[in-house]
Amino acid sequence: MNTSTAGSGTLDQQSLDDTKELGAFMETSSAGSGMLDQRRLQTVKRQRFQDFIFHKITLSFSLIVLVSLIGIIVSLAIAAWPTFKKFGIEFIWRVEWDIINEEFGAAIAIFGTLASATIAILIAMPLSFGIALFLTETCPTWLRRPLGTAIELLAAVPSIIYGMFGLFIFAPLFAEYGQPALQSTLGQMPLLAPLFGGATNGIGILAAGLILAFMILPFIAAVMRDVFEIVPPILRESAYGVGCTTWEVVRYIVLPYTQQGVIGGVMLGLGRALGETMAVTFVIGNSQRISASLFSPGSSIASTLANEFGEAADFHLSTLFALGLLLFVITFIVLALAKILIIRTERAKGLKT
Amino acid sequence: MNQNLYRKRIMINRIGISLSMLAMTLGLFVLLWILSVLFINGFKALDLNMFFQSTPAPGTEGGGLANAIVGSLMLVGFATLVSTPVGILAGIYLAEYGDTSKTAEVTRFMTDIMLSAPSIVLGLFVYAILVAQVKHFSGWAGTIALSLIAIPVVLRTTENMLRLVPGSLREAAFALGAPRWKVATMVTLRAAKAGVVTGVLLALARISGETAPLLFTALNNQFFSLDMNGPMSNLPVVIFQFALSPYDNWVRLAWGGALLITLTVLVLNILARVYFRDKTPG
Repeated sequence: MNTSTAGSGTLDQQSLDDTKELGAFMETSSAGSGMLDQRRLQTVKRQRFQDFIFHKITLSFSLIVLVSLIGIIVSLAIAAWPTFKKFGIEFIWRVEWDIINEEFGAAIAIFGTLASATIAILIAMPLSFGIALFLTETCPTWLRRPLGTAIELLAAVPSIIYGMFGLFIFAPLFAEYGQPALQSTLGQMPLLAPLFGGATNGIGILAAGLILAFMILPFIAAVMRDVFEIVPPILRESAYGVGCTTWEVVRYIVLPYTQQGVIGGVMLGLGRALGETMAVTFVIGNSQRISASLFSPGSSIASTLANEFGEAADFHLSTLFALGLLLFVITFIVLALAKILIIRTERAKGLKT
Repeated sequence: MNQNLYRKRIMINRIGISLSMLAMTLGLFVLLWILSVLFINGFKALDLNMFFQSTPAPGTEGGGLANAIVGSLMLVGFATLVSTPVGILAGIYLAEYGDTSKTAEVTRFMTDIMLSAPSIVLGLFVYAILVAQVKHFSGWAGTIALSLIAIPVVLRTTENMLRLVPGSLREAAFALGAPRWKVATMVTLRAAKAGVVTGVLLALARISGETAPLLFTALNNQFFSLDMNGPMSNLPVVIFQFALSPYDNWVRLAWGGALLITLTVLVLNILARVYFRDKTPG
């Protein structure tokens, strides 16, 4: 419905443009011969037709994105239907993943996904804030470009490389030094102790969260840097003028001004972290269990898909589609919220400068 | 009293700035760490056999990545061929007709979401609509999945770059009596060429390293194959399978492949930046 009204709207405007053009042309060419008139009229008609075709072609290509998005939801829902028919909506919070007896629930994978993404965000948020602060406020101008590019290159490294790095390099070091250190410090505190219990073998939900943190860090930092630059120089300079320190300018001027954009950037990173497959699959340990300890292996939705899809058949396959659908819905909501917040910040900039 | 407050503020400022520098250093350190590990392990694995032999069977010595390299080139190549025209034309629509229409607004929003949507779900989608229907994995399915990832990238950069073209250029062309499609393709698109090429290069870089969607679409092929209708070997999936395998030579090949992919992606990224900087006036 949207399509038809919007389409006719632009068409109206277009034909209006064309009639104007035609009118202007009629006036100027009235002195010319009839033959020429006829030819010119034909040219205008042909061009109008070409414009019409061009409009429709570009429109249809831009609709491909919309159609595929709807297609994703519909096709996943159809493929996941047997699962929801058998378990109902309960599938989402059932704590069970028994392939042999065909008893499935999404809770374990959802827990792993949320837990690793939360850890990633908690670590990446302050770090990327620091990077954005450095790049916009304290960095010497000649260093800004190379350092910014370096951070963007960190974003370009394929996720499978993060996975390999995590498995072969990070996990052994983490098991040897990181985990014992955590156990002997945070693990001694009364409330936190269960989080850091269990064997220290380097892989698990915490390791996945750490690797994810460094993967999403450049995305968040890039958004934060961009919204920090939106702040009108006059605000910043006034604050410096009344004697604020750099920290105070950032804390009391820049952050409040860009609040929504910053939250949007963080949520964009969260969206990435939730859906990341390769970096997580290598280090999360891939076991279908929920455990209080962050050191214990778990699994995320994406890692379950990557691991089990090859051997799955029939009903098992349908549950994997159901997991995929859940993942898509969760990330869709997160990303949509992020986008709305960022757009709002940018609109505010448009109004205020 | 005042002196104390003053000192306190300076201290807080110093701590904040030092922490931000620490964060920057940590970020750079991780980048260097990952790259150095990759280069050390990757160059150890690199030899000529890697480019001329196919992936080895379990338990056999030697072998290379020839089939995976060719497969990856074909998949990424076809995906670029598909996504470039689609992305550019859709981008033209959003930039030239997109101001007044609600469809364009919704499309723009959805494109931004697709930019960060989990790629593994795109793989599931292509599996459901194509692989499950024809009952076999294929290179074409992989191409479609990669295109779906690349299109939003090309689309968004094209639109942004077209919007940077000064309105006076458009108006001048209209005043000469040029029809809209000619203005769009021969004036604004040409003016924005550098930016559009950058977008295509960035999309290329993005899909070169994508693994997850290929698991369900192109899968893998142990042998050399140019048949886009059958399962197709490709670097990311080979790396995924080999890195998690117990065979030493497989793990070695995985590092070699990882180095190839990363070099490709980084070179494409830097190329895109340099090209864009050189071709944009001012």
